[in-house]
Amino acid sequence: MPHAPSRRDVMLASGTLFAWAYMPKLALAEGRDPRFLTIVLRGALDGLATVAPVGDPDWIALRGDNALTLQSRTPALKLDAFFALNPAMPNLHRMFAANEAIVFHACATPYRERSHFDGQDLLESGLPKPAASDSGWLNRALAGLAPGGRVSVQGNKAFAVGPVTPLVVRGAAPVLSWSPQRILPASEDTTMRLLDLYRHADPKLAAVIEEHARLAAIERSGDMGQSPGQNVPGPAQVRAYFAEVAGTAAKFLAQPDGPRVGALALDGWDTHSNEGIAQGRLSQLLGALDAALAAVETNMGAAWRDTVVALVTEFGRTARINGTEGTDHGTATVALLVGGALKGGRVIADWPGLRSADLYENRDLKPTTDLRAVLKGLLKNHLRADDRTLAQSVFPGSDSVKPMAGLV
Amino acid sequence: MTARGREAAALALHRFGFGPAADSIAAIAADPQGALLADLERPQAGLVAANLPSSAESAREVFDFRAEQAAKQKLALREQKQAEAGNAAGVVDCRKPSGAPCAAPDANDAANQQPPPQIAKPVPPPAPPLPQQLFQNEAKARFDAALGADIGFVERLVWFWSNHFCISADKILEMAGPFEREAIRPHVLGRFADLLLAVESHAGMLFYLDNVQSMGANSTAGINRDKGLNENLAREILELHTLGVRSGYTQADVTSFANVITGWTWLPPEEPMHGGEFVFVQRLHEPGAKTVLGKLYPDTGLGQGRAVLADLARHPATAQHIAQKLARHFVADEPPPSLVAKLAKTFSDTDGNLKEVAKSLVMSEESWTPQRTKLKSPAEWTIGMLRLMATPQAIPVGRILGTQATLGEALWRPLSPNGYPDTEAAWIDGVPRRLDIAAGFAGQLAANNADPRAVLDSALGPLASAETRDTIARAESRPQALALLVMAPEFLRR
Repeated sequence: MPHAPSRRDVMLASGTLFAWAYMPKLALAEGRDPRFLTIVLRGALDGLATVAPVGDPDWIALRGDNALTLQSRTPALKLDAFFALNPAMPNLHRMFAANEAIVFHACATPYRERSHFDGQDLLESGLPKPAASDSGWLNRALAGLAPGGRVSVQGNKAFAVGPVTPLVVRGAAPVLSWSPQRILPASEDTTMRLLDLYRHADPKLAAVIEEHARLAAIERSGDMGQSPGQNVPGPAQVRAYFAEVAGTAAKFLAQPDGPRVGALALDGWDTHSNEGIAQGRLSQLLGALDAALAAVETNMGAAWRDTVVALVTEFGRTARINGTEGTDHGTATVALLVGGALKGGRVIADWPGLRSADLYENRDLKPTTDLRAVLKGLLKNHLRADDRTLAQSVFPGSDSVKPMAGLV
Repeated sequence: MTARGREAAALALHRFGFGPAADSIAAIAADPQGALLADLERPQAGLVAANLPSSAESAREVFDFRAEQAAKQKLALREQKQAEAGNAAGVVDCRKPSGAPCAAPDANDAANQQPPPQIAKPVPPPAPPLPQQLFQNEAKARFDAALGADIGFVERLVWFWSNHFCISADKILEMAGPFEREAIRPHVLGRFADLLLAVESHAGMLFYLDNVQSMGANSTAGINRDKGLNENLAREILELHTLGVRSGYTQADVTSFANVITGWTWLPPEEPMHGGEFVFVQRLHEPGAKTVLGKLYPDTGLGQGRAVLADLARHPATAQHIAQKLARHFVADEPPPSLVAKLAKTFSDTDGNLKEVAKSLVMSEESWTPQRTKLKSPAEWTIGMLRLMATPQAIPVGRILGTQATLGEALWRPLSPNGYPDTEAAWIDGVPRRLDIAAGFAGQLAANNADPRAVLDSALGPLASAETRDTIARAESRPQALALLVMAPEFLRR
């Protein structure tokens, strides 16, 4: 039985959206108006099931019946002579064909153990090793950017959907919460009385209430009140929710005076058994993700040409299928970029091969591209973060990992 | 140390229990510490006297229910096809897609001549399907235990251990509640080793972390079938349940331990007699001696896994891991290291006697720090709010479930095996939602028309600041005052 999250769980524990309250000044000075959305896929996405190395002679032997191929009943979608995309992702395929998507394969953070919780911490903290951290790389990147004009969110804040704040957005730039109003809210009068008490007695709680009130105001002004039907069946619920949260993020980011940099998280990728690569659980999740990307494209409107969306996950899964038609925790995987600002239509991979000797610890796809190089390249060339900040505070200890050039 | 008086009593109720009900503060003010220790000594402490089916019975009932549903669906499909065939022959089909009954197709129809009924009978809401009903019964037993407790210290320990050893109803709905009653509750004041064994050999956990399908490559079944090892449970036992992450074990230990516990599975629920029960199946078990954490375990079948678990329960890293989590849960996100050391020492010295560890927590001076920084979790806060009502047991169980889910802590549905988070950073952004919830419950909070200032005294006593008292006193209505009371910093934090 797949551990498919119910709509309620997905809604409250993932779908986290936050954004910076300023325009990136340097980029604007160049006459660009960049949008950057990071989507964290929690649970470890199976990169080989997402983008299959159909040109590798060892591919079929490695995954057997679970290997996606161009000859499968539902054929994988050809990306180039070597790689093909899971057939559940036609929108991503279309974007790739339009040079608006880049796939990185055999890509990983510096993390080499296999704990989700450490892996996610490291993915989000940007630190080179697992260690306690109270801030995330995206928050620190924002703190290092020269602020331009203010967006309509007050103050240098980020904002989040849902009560569980993800590490990637925690940090010196305070996190501002935004959540869809699905329950009748307390009256403004009660809120103001409480806020008054908090201001005297508990400034931390006061800040949370203030930020919430500001975002509620934006939500009202931005025509974001609709929510999809509540009683649709299982996979459709996830599909509707992914599209809703990503689409809402795009609506915020598309507004002329709205935020420019955001992040959200989507859960459910931990496919230990009955993975369902061609049809089933993973196929449905990838389809939901694909629909979410289409929703971002649609809701960005004209801003799509200035947009980059980065999809990242904590690590990959075992190269081979395990004893229960799934995959266990692995190492390298894919990272996906979509958006009109990209020089896309490319799969970027220093392919490590799939023979036993090629695998990391004889079990996982070997990492050959450091995810930090990709993220640094985007932060540098899309948002104009400077090299020193990137190497020292955003991704500490990453001097040797050069920002990847030419992505946008 | 001894902490006495109304302030210590209020502190004890919020920090170690579910918060005061009416008169709780006065009831334990003479000796708050003694009251907590007495809670540990109650006969049947930790258990719920509920007449509920066992996890295996529940699994079998749900299996039968689903089989019956599937059969009904098949029948309905056949009938629909026949009806469609009838339509083609000119029969009017007035069924609506919603399945609502037919309206009379013809105004002159004889049925229309009867006088219309004066008052439509209220239609009772349909009972939820059996699996959801079982879940709600379990939830009700749990909520009632927390709502009705004098203090709730032992019940808080149950919640702590249930989250530490969580399974998810999203994966196995019918076992979430029974698992807590069978594997957690009997052992929260017993030995950690017994708790650990009860948890890891429970069908609910074996199913949740995929061990039921796992088999050794060289086992009888593994040789004959195209299936094999799943290391999920073994990894989480090491990482989450015992030693803790980065405590020194290796991938080889995980794989080896996963092989040790091959054969730990359940009888499928379709077995009429013992379906849903734990069983050790030798033909799934990887044969041979195995090394875990540098120690060689001979192949004694089921005994091999028991031996590894017994050693993990005694490992110093486990004592440290549990001590850290307990201190963080009850006292502060960053608990005093001296408190963690005391709890770890008690754990080690008593071979994991959890009642002694709980006593050590109550007797440590650090546990009584007047700084109340810990943000109550949404579920804990919800119960604390409801305990201020005269008869909180009357609140429908579905509403409490919905409330906790809305706040991000749905009962027995954590998103991952490490359970719900236990720090302010994870929950503080949900505080505005708590305000909306509090506003929604304000009418019920004020139902008995009590003076909010009196409720404030029984809920917070000396902990209430002058500002909070002022805010409550000046509220525009009783409901508003009580919503503000449960949102006051002194009520949110403990």
